[in-house]
Amino acid sequence: MAARPAKSSKPPRLKQTPTTKDAPTKMVAPRPEKFNKEQELAAYREMLLIRRFEEKAGQLYGMGFIGGFCHLYIGQEAVVVGMQMAMIEGDQVITGYRDHGHMLACGMSPDGVMAELTGRRGGLSKGKGGSMHMFSKEKNFYGGHGIVGAQVSLGTGLGFANQYRDNGNVSLTYFGDGASNQGQVYESFNMASLWKLPVIYIIENNRYAMGTAVSRASAQTDFAQRGASFNIPGMQVDGMDVRAVKAAADLAADYCRSGQGPIILEMQTYRYRGHSMSDPAKYRSKDEVQKMRAEHDPIEQVKLRLIEGKHASEDDLKAIDKEIRDIVAKSADYAQNDPEPDPSELYTDILR
Amino acid sequence: MPTNILMPALSPTMEEGNLAKWLVKEGDTVSSGDVIAEIETDKATMEVEAVDEGTIARIVVPAGSEAVKVNAVIAILAAEGEDVAAAASGGPAGAEAMPQVAEAPKEAVSQDAGSSAAGGGAPAPTHVPAQVKVADDPDIPAGTEMVSMTVREALNSAMAEEMRRDEDVLIMGEEVAEYQGAYKITQGLLEEFGARRVIDTPITEHGFAGIGVGAAMAGLKPIVEFMTFNFAMQAIDQIINSAAKTLYMSGGQMGAPMVFRGPNGAAARVAAQHSQCYAAWYSHIPGLKVVQPYTAADAKGLLKAAIRDPNPVIFLENEILYGQSFEVPKIEDFVLPIGKARIHRSGGDATIVSFGIGMTYAIKAADRLAEAGISCEVIDLRTIRPMDLDTVIASVRKTGRLVTVEEGFPQSSVGDHIASQVMQRAFDYLDAPVVTICGKDVPMPYAANLEKLALPTVDEVVEAVKAVSYA
Repeated sequence: MAARPAKSSKPPRLKQTPTTKDAPTKMVAPRPEKFNKEQELAAYREMLLIRRFEEKAGQLYGMGFIGGFCHLYIGQEAVVVGMQMAMIEGDQVITGYRDHGHMLACGMSPDGVMAELTGRRGGLSKGKGGSMHMFSKEKNFYGGHGIVGAQVSLGTGLGFANQYRDNGNVSLTYFGDGASNQGQVYESFNMASLWKLPVIYIIENNRYAMGTAVSRASAQTDFAQRGASFNIPGMQVDGMDVRAVKAAADLAADYCRSGQGPIILEMQTYRYRGHSMSDPAKYRSKDEVQKMRAEHDPIEQVKLRLIEGKHASEDDLKAIDKEIRDIVAKSADYAQNDPEPDPSELYTDILR
Repeated sequence: MPTNILMPALSPTMEEGNLAKWLVKEGDTVSSGDVIAEIETDKATMEVEAVDEGTIARIVVPAGSEAVKVNAVIAILAAEGEDVAAAASGGPAGAEAMPQVAEAPKEAVSQDAGSSAAGGGAPAPTHVPAQVKVADDPDIPAGTEMVSMTVREALNSAMAEEMRRDEDVLIMGEEVAEYQGAYKITQGLLEEFGARRVIDTPITEHGFAGIGVGAAMAGLKPIVEFMTFNFAMQAIDQIINSAAKTLYMSGGQMGAPMVFRGPNGAAARVAAQHSQCYAAWYSHIPGLKVVQPYTAADAKGLLKAAIRDPNPVIFLENEILYGQSFEVPKIEDFVLPIGKARIHRSGGDATIVSFGIGMTYAIKAADRLAEAGISCEVIDLRTIRPMDLDTVIASVRKTGRLVTVEEGFPQSSVGDHIASQVMQRAFDYLDAPVVTICGKDVPMPYAANLEKLALPTVDEVVEAVKAVSYA
């Protein structure tokens, strides 16, 4: 009988071989960029549009106008708005199923997004995609994907196409802390780094993969280091501060456009709502949510700076609020009254 | 105008719920995002947040109420500046204004599902894929020079020609470049087209299939080679959920114009994990085209068509056929239509339908049956999806007898689909039940004798045709 190793309470010690000759892949995020008045106001409007839109979507879901799954972006607005501020014409965006905010930030019509949520013919996918599957060729938005992690390989393919065409564009590939544990993410990291593809991997770490806290699902919770095995640099960014996101986005875009390959931005953010509309969010305390809203809300931060910097008065902001509410109310109205798709649409768009 | 706060639906299936608790009282001011109530659904207790700002004018449904219908007014909110007392006394604003979500008309669903061929009031056939227009075969002019070519050479020249023709066509996969292809299908392509367009990937099928789909969504026309389709199982999510469905999900805005190709089915003595036919699997999926050629001419003409096709095409090859030679017309730019079966030989007594390597059994069986005085019509499907059932049915109307042949597993096989369609569309023309010859219902064994037993045999096909012919 083979001898069993003696049980020991101490784990065996391994000889450590220092490997410091390789460049460290963990980068320090740049300081938040100082915004001028126009940038602050633009960020405020964009984020407010997403928040009000999502609140309305939640309401329409409650009224039965929106079916199936509906994942709201409330709390995470600074991430996509800050990223978009660094982008140029032709850069592509792709994300998972929490996608309404990304579409609005890409300039897709609120009417079209909302009508897709209600499954109507004026929806961006003619009512055939729904909340999780929307696209816009015109705005370079490549979805909208319901399979966790699939967009990472697809987004890497968008970067591949940019390199193939040598067009100077980058692919903004968004995914969450949950998707970060999928195998195809690392297959994609490997090829992106090997081939120096222009891809910014934006990990929106909102701390929960559905109901599982990052510490319960991830052996390495520093997502900026998830590319270390592939020599992909990464940094952790305050995803609640739109200026910090913008500064990191500029750095990342320059890095990719200069042909150095992919880069990872871990956006430390938070979703206020449950994972989807049917999630009571019992896996976290109310205090945690409340503290985040009170101290780190991305919109309130900008609002405060606008007032304190005398860039806008309370009345100015109220006027913007009203304008945004009107846009959202119009989209809700359109989405409720637009007809359902014609039955003949059942058999279209299967093949070209 | 005061705003009604409605009982929300908090899950896809919720119709009613219990109003467990109010966290606000009448007269309280609320702003959007404030939690105002707790609701018990069939799954969980959920918080309800205020959407609008204002003052709670009236609580209509008290805490503790059970089975409150979704969309019932549970409270009334007076907006800033509105008279709270008036709002409270006014009754629900626009009450009973339940949203009307029209039900999809049911009768329209099967409208395009083919026409009834059997007549006599037979029910319309079901389970028919959406109709696809297919071009006719190009006429090969009389006197066209034919050259002998292996299937391998045909596939190789098809890719080379299309890559010369279109800069957006590229090939990626394991060992396709420097190694010259695990089965030498990509031999010489690296030398001609360079490493930008002929790309060796790491052994990561899921990842490079996804990268290929992403590149296709961006407008490139990738050929993704799987060393065998057994390994495409790692990538099947990207093939089906991303490549096949994106065109539909995007309302026609973008799709995946690409080819997934590689050897499929049993090779020789490589056992269960390397010997499986995926024709029936992929043929199940709307949004894909599925091609499996037998001859070198079809391999060439159909691969060129697949590369040009704006849809994702699954192109199933066979390792055993790679080295076999066939006559290929010497025509510049020889392209065949996807979705068109080919009558390999005409006959009047029985129809044998097969595809890919299955054709080897069908042809040998037809030869032997001819000697026995039974004239078989042998149809090579060439494309599994969209399937050219019209050609099959026209033949069955003539012969009244049908045998299908394939190497794949028997349950839900390609033959099963053909049998079902022929039964629904040509029942009155059948003189005998359809017989489907398939691989045996076992994982592929390694031992040479068992492997032979697991595959179809010419004898089985001969016996099946005799059985349906009552000969």
